[in-house]
Amino acid sequence: MEHYVIALSKYFIAIFLALYTYECFAVFRFQDEERRKGIYTRQIILMFFFHFSAFLTICVQTGELQYLFFYAFQQLAIFATLVLFELFYPTLNRLIVHNMCMLLTIGFIILTRLSFEKAMKQFIIVVISLVISMIIPHFIYKMKFLKNLSWLYALIGIISLGIVLLLGSITNGSKISYTIAGITFQPSEFVKIIFVFFIASALYQSSKFLHVVYVTLVAAVHVLILVVSKDLGGALIFFMTYVLMVYLATHKIRYLLLGLGGGCAASIVAYQIFSHIQTRVQAWRDPWSVIDGDGYQITQSLFSLGRGELFGLGLFKGAPDDIPFVEQDFIFSAVVEEMGLIVGLCLILICLSCFIMFMNISMKLKDRFYQLVAFGLGVLYIFQIFLTIGGDTKFIPLTGVTLPLVSYGGSSVLTILIMFSIIEGLFMIRLDEGAKSARRKQKATRRETTESEPSFRRSRQPEEERQPEEERQPEDDGQQEQER
Amino acid sequence: MTDSRNRKDSKKKKKSKNREILFVTYTFVCIFLAMMSYICFYVYTHEEVMINNSYNAGQQMLVLQNRRGSIYSKDGDVLAKTVVQDDGSEVREYPYGEVFSHVVGYSTKGKTGVEALANYYLIQSNAPLNEKMNNNIANQKNPGDSVYTTLETSMQEAAYNALGVYDGAIIATNPKTGEVLAMVSKPGFDPNEIASVWEDLIEDDESSVLLNRATQGLYPPGSTFKIVTALEYLKENPDTYQNYHFTCNGSITIDGSKIKCYHGVNHGYVDLKKSFAKSCNSSFANISTKIDWNAFDKTLDQLLFGQKLPFDMESSVSMINADPDSSAENKIQTSIGQGETLVTPLHMNMITCAIANEGVLKCPYVMDRVENNNGAIMKKFSSNSSKRLMDSDTSQILTELMTEVVENGTATKLSGQLYTAAGKTGSAEYNSESDSHAWFTGFAPAEDPQVCVTVIIEGAGSGGDHAVPIARRVFDAYFSNHRE
Repeated sequence: MEHYVIALSKYFIAIFLALYTYECFAVFRFQDEERRKGIYTRQIILMFFFHFSAFLTICVQTGELQYLFFYAFQQLAIFATLVLFELFYPTLNRLIVHNMCMLLTIGFIILTRLSFEKAMKQFIIVVISLVISMIIPHFIYKMKFLKNLSWLYALIGIISLGIVLLLGSITNGSKISYTIAGITFQPSEFVKIIFVFFIASALYQSSKFLHVVYVTLVAAVHVLILVVSKDLGGALIFFMTYVLMVYLATHKIRYLLLGLGGGCAASIVAYQIFSHIQTRVQAWRDPWSVIDGDGYQITQSLFSLGRGELFGLGLFKGAPDDIPFVEQDFIFSAVVEEMGLIVGLCLILICLSCFIMFMNISMKLKDRFYQLVAFGLGVLYIFQIFLTIGGDTKFIPLTGVTLPLVSYGGSSVLTILIMFSIIEGLFMIRLDEGAKSARRKQKATRRETTESEPSFRRSRQPEEERQPEEERQPEDDGQQEQER
Repeated sequence: MTDSRNRKDSKKKKKSKNREILFVTYTFVCIFLAMMSYICFYVYTHEEVMINNSYNAGQQMLVLQNRRGSIYSKDGDVLAKTVVQDDGSEVREYPYGEVFSHVVGYSTKGKTGVEALANYYLIQSNAPLNEKMNNNIANQKNPGDSVYTTLETSMQEAAYNALGVYDGAIIATNPKTGEVLAMVSKPGFDPNEIASVWEDLIEDDESSVLLNRATQGLYPPGSTFKIVTALEYLKENPDTYQNYHFTCNGSITIDGSKIKCYHGVNHGYVDLKKSFAKSCNSSFANISTKIDWNAFDKTLDQLLFGQKLPFDMESSVSMINADPDSSAENKIQTSIGQGETLVTPLHMNMITCAIANEGVLKCPYVMDRVENNNGAIMKKFSSNSSKRLMDSDTSQILTELMTEVVENGTATKLSGQLYTAAGKTGSAEYNSESDSHAWFTGFAPAEDPQVCVTVIIEGAGSGGDHAVPIARRVFDAYFSNHRE
């Protein structure tokens, strides 16, 4: 019996997650949240079965009672999150909440398997973070003054990063954290969000050349501090977010090209100066020749990926612990090894569906500031995923960043949960805008018909259709009016 | 009117601002799709290399799950198998003992030969799923896949016995397919006893028992190299080679360097055919002054000198000095296979195979197929590449020259058989006392080559007297086995 459970559950795990992932994209077929209800219900059921079958394996495999209790708490936390978000914010975008819970679930499963203690610690942090993030959509929705704090954001960001550089302790060779009252913080995580707010509030009104130069200088200070702290991944994320946000704010492709070109030049210079960058590039180009030293981590990660095959070796059947820092930087390889390539690819697709939804929300926002924030956070999120999974699989050199919501790390998970909540707040602002514009539009239509200029409304229609199919998200204004 | 224009402007703005977001979204989606394809591609193309890497815990995991599979000869004789003792421990048995020692190799104390080459397949199990499940429940290992080789037991035994008490090597291949039919190296060892004799074998530097002389032994080629010199002469004089003539007085002096024919024999008036058949050193020294050494250098490149041989087992690289600016002494010595030239028997066999197969070398291989425990074929191998070493006209003429060696030359001990053989003998001096290794390399039947045999016997004397009779026994074994 036990053997059958263990042998079969891995197939069920993959199937449940694959179906869930399918629903993530099926969501984009419908125009309004109301019609997506069926999908959302199925997602919750699939999420439950996925979580259940994984923990069934873990419990049978270990035979220890503590895992059963831990599972019960996890399940409770996930359901509470789903219910409470729904209760507080009835107009919420459910896909984002569901994906958030799903990614947390995957993280719980794999962390529990890797280390019970670490998983417990992570679980407590997640619960606290969820409580904090529960109130954030409300604040974002209410606090309109957030738009005008531009240089204050920069000040907070630079000071936090600067303090770490001066006082910080060394984590994996880079100075990126400090400890207050026994809790270790990694400020570069939180500063990411503040940084996005800084760029958005500085650029949403004016994108004049000189102004952009000032903003660039301040952004460069952020990046430089991170480079000096040897937080390569952090520096890249900040840089990429900045360049793409400037591109959106100015609408000028030449700024994008200039930024990327400058980034390449800076990378080459950094490569010449810093030996730790050289060793990483070397370990990426040919890890096999340095398998005893710098290439050890990445080759172990590749072995791990290779052992997984389609359905994985099964939880507790692999050897993901062979990879140093597996819980933080190489969680993706651990997932693939024990749960299989299908689960790994689904994980990537779920992240991608979150990103598309973020971009969708950004696209629909009429307020420039909020639009820039949503866009910046989306880029931040997807680029971090690209760095970590790309690094784990030797697609790009290793930079050592966490996989959002899945990896072990308190600062990281709190930051990402706050980020998701901000996006939810922005979604509510968008619905508001939608409702207002619908009202305006109705008035306008009435006036237009009297002024015998009906062509406008009709010509507007196809333009709304211009969005790509998978992204066509809904602005059934009538519907939203109803919800208001 | 103005109102609608304003709105049209804002509409345009909205369109262009969405363009940036769409562009960024699509770019990231494309990058992620590329990364996902890359992950799948990488995992599936690198599986074998990764499992074979000793740093990979996966190998150890497979060993614990599956019982190492058996190795079979072409005709289905067991060459290596794993037997479970009464106490549950596993022992690797080699029923033929010393006969297959180097080519099959061993799997404890590191892995060599087919044991190393086929390791990935031997530790995998493609047993049916229900069988695996039952084994799992019964807590038993799964039967590993079996590997069938191209080796023929009767040929291997004939070669092993023919070599007798001598040290040396024999390699027999099928020139049309690249199958290795036999590969013997002496002195050998009993792989069943490898653990107990290991210390002695390691400490004994003199006889280097563990070295596979067929692929790794480097010997001066002696007169067998005249094949290569003749090949160059034929290439440069495709229509006029028949006009070549020389009068041999038992020795020749060129630029103050004197060279003698074997035992100072006076060959008299010789053309190219007779020079080759009688292995006249003086005549070939004369030829060395007639060929273009720049072109010769290129020919040697084409014949794989100084390169890793296209064979999966460990092999040594042949060495030669054909510098066009080198001394006449060096050129004379090189042209008769002495001087700085060192070749492996495998390399000599490859050149012979190319002659037998109209100038094309089918790269040799030893693994024929992989079967699961029920005899279903999992993977079939064939020669993984072919290389043209010479054009087919040249190979035709060389075949004629080599047939004459058997009919009227130094290898007459092979004439008068049911098959017509073609070949070249060699007596390679390896010290100043004129002791020589006996060489023979050739194929049969000359008109439709099926088997190609290369023999080297260390310190035996002349090739015609010692190597040819041994080669004949190997040919005989082949033809008594393959009579229609």
